[in-house]
Amino acid sequence: MTPAVLEDPTVVPRSPERLARQPLTHVRRFDLKTRLLHIVIMVTFLGLSATGMPLLFSDAPWARVLASLFFGFKGAGYVHRFLGATLLLAVVVHVGDVLVRAFVRGEKGVLWGPTSMVPQPKDVVDFFGMLKWFVGLGPRPKIEHFAYWEKFDYWAVLWGTAIMGAAGLILWFPVLASRVLPGWMFNVALFVHGAEASLAIGFIFAVHFFNGHLRPGKFPMDLVIFTGTVSAHELEHERGAEFDRLCAARSLDELGAPAPSPALVRRGYVIGTIGLSLGLALFALIVYATVR
Amino acid sequence: MRIRIGSLIAAAWLVAGPAAAGQSSSPKPPANDDCLACHGEHVDAKQFEASTHGPMACVDCHADLAKQVDFPHAEKLAKVKCASCHDDIATKYHDSMHAWAKEKAGLIGAPACADCHGKHDIRPHVDAQSRVFRTRIPETCGSCHAGIKEQFDRGIHAAKLKVGDSRAPSCADCHTAHAIQRVDTNTSKLAVTAECGTCHAQVVDSFRRTFHGKVTEIGFTAVAQCSDCHGAHEILPAANSASKVSKAHLVETCGRCHQGANEQFVKYDPHPNPSDYTRSAVLWWANRFYWVLIPGCFGFFGLHSALWFWRGRKES
Repeated sequence: MTPAVLEDPTVVPRSPERLARQPLTHVRRFDLKTRLLHIVIMVTFLGLSATGMPLLFSDAPWARVLASLFFGFKGAGYVHRFLGATLLLAVVVHVGDVLVRAFVRGEKGVLWGPTSMVPQPKDVVDFFGMLKWFVGLGPRPKIEHFAYWEKFDYWAVLWGTAIMGAAGLILWFPVLASRVLPGWMFNVALFVHGAEASLAIGFIFAVHFFNGHLRPGKFPMDLVIFTGTVSAHELEHERGAEFDRLCAARSLDELGAPAPSPALVRRGYVIGTIGLSLGLALFALIVYATVR
Repeated sequence: MRIRIGSLIAAAWLVAGPAAAGQSSSPKPPANDDCLACHGEHVDAKQFEASTHGPMACVDCHADLAKQVDFPHAEKLAKVKCASCHDDIATKYHDSMHAWAKEKAGLIGAPACADCHGKHDIRPHVDAQSRVFRTRIPETCGSCHAGIKEQFDRGIHAAKLKVGDSRAPSCADCHTAHAIQRVDTNTSKLAVTAECGTCHAQVVDSFRRTFHGKVTEIGFTAVAQCSDCHGAHEILPAANSASKVSKAHLVETCGRCHQGANEQFVKYDPHPNPSDYTRSAVLWWANRFYWVLIPGCFGFFGLHSALWFWRGRKES
């Protein structure tokens, strides 16, 4: 089937020769910065989970084994704090970047609009549309640039990093923290760090994995976060509202891109497979510890 | 034990009896009265008969005299081998610090069986007159470990033992009776914390909710356990100003690990309970909050995913 982007009259190839070689069958979705941020979050999140879970589930039979992979709780602790600081830094840099884009460079559509991460009225409509579609009472709603479940993921990471980062820093530097906080806040910090971790780990390894990768239509994984581009055909199917908007604004050509190289696709599969496997393995350990 | 020893003797007779009958030349072992004829001053016959080994013959333990013909016997006798009956206990003892000190390190003062249990007056540990009866154990151990006993006597456990509280721990409850280990080993440190929990179950449960408790639960001892804060022998309630965990001493006690700990720092609760509102309202609210948030998120997206999966399968 010919990708819709090529049938669209708005597509004006910049170089006919190049287009013949590399037809612009895809649409750019994630820039390099975003994909790197996802890799950093992915690596740090997996590492933080693996090094934190021995303590969170200290009564599980695998807790000691998991800790020994990092040369005991001290080794796991060093890795945990290093990754935690890295994740915190990455998220701070990202938030700084968003703020600069919105307020310094005056980029449109960051804080509000169809491409914004900020929840829109349309998200509520989409949610009920999805429910209707689930039970067979309507067509699949046309989703915009970010779906409501993706926005939930995004804000969950920001919220989670802020909460867990703050709690983690208190636990990392308790004596310093006690200059401004009473000691019982260490209790609260440890509890919140653990509870938020349970939520985050469960959410990423079950909900995000399903919505982003494992669900029907995406299985076994969605490579867009690794390659940066999505095929125009998939965009039309998955994000009808965005596709329509881009077509109407005649801006599909601006976002057009050739299909990702086989090497990039392969790299995406390798990274995605490792990430998904490790995440599901850790999730299985939690399920085992919980139901045992 | 009595039954076992009895049957051992009976078995010995069954085996030895017919053999003895066949060899008329084999000597008759000396009876207890024969021994006491000479050793009556050294061994109190009444005390021995009242002891747990009372029904036994002298030569059951002093086995090298069982075949002795000429008396008086040599001055130096073979060592009594308690292990010939109590082999399970002897195995534990041989792996212990005491056996190591005596047998390997050559510390002649280190105790063997008789040093704790006595010789001819051994009584079962449930007998209040026994040297190893729980209220008398500190005295027995203290005959060598005098300094530790002095510390122990100042603590709440000794006070409870003295008034006859049978639940109060004596030395052997934490250190074990026979398999005594060095207290600076990982295994013995971890075992002692578990031991505190046999009486202070809720306290150890709450400790397990803390960083200290979780690290020790997976087998590492670099962080505080019970005795690091409460002391080992002179444990006192926090209300007692001499206690290491009293208000007066907390900064010092926490500061041993957390250099720079101050009055604010020691408001930390080493035994938190998120379901106890009076202990910490903030922790209680945090617990409530996550009890709503976590099931809420998983319930919502669990259902969302299930429906999506169902619809996706139908459409494909």
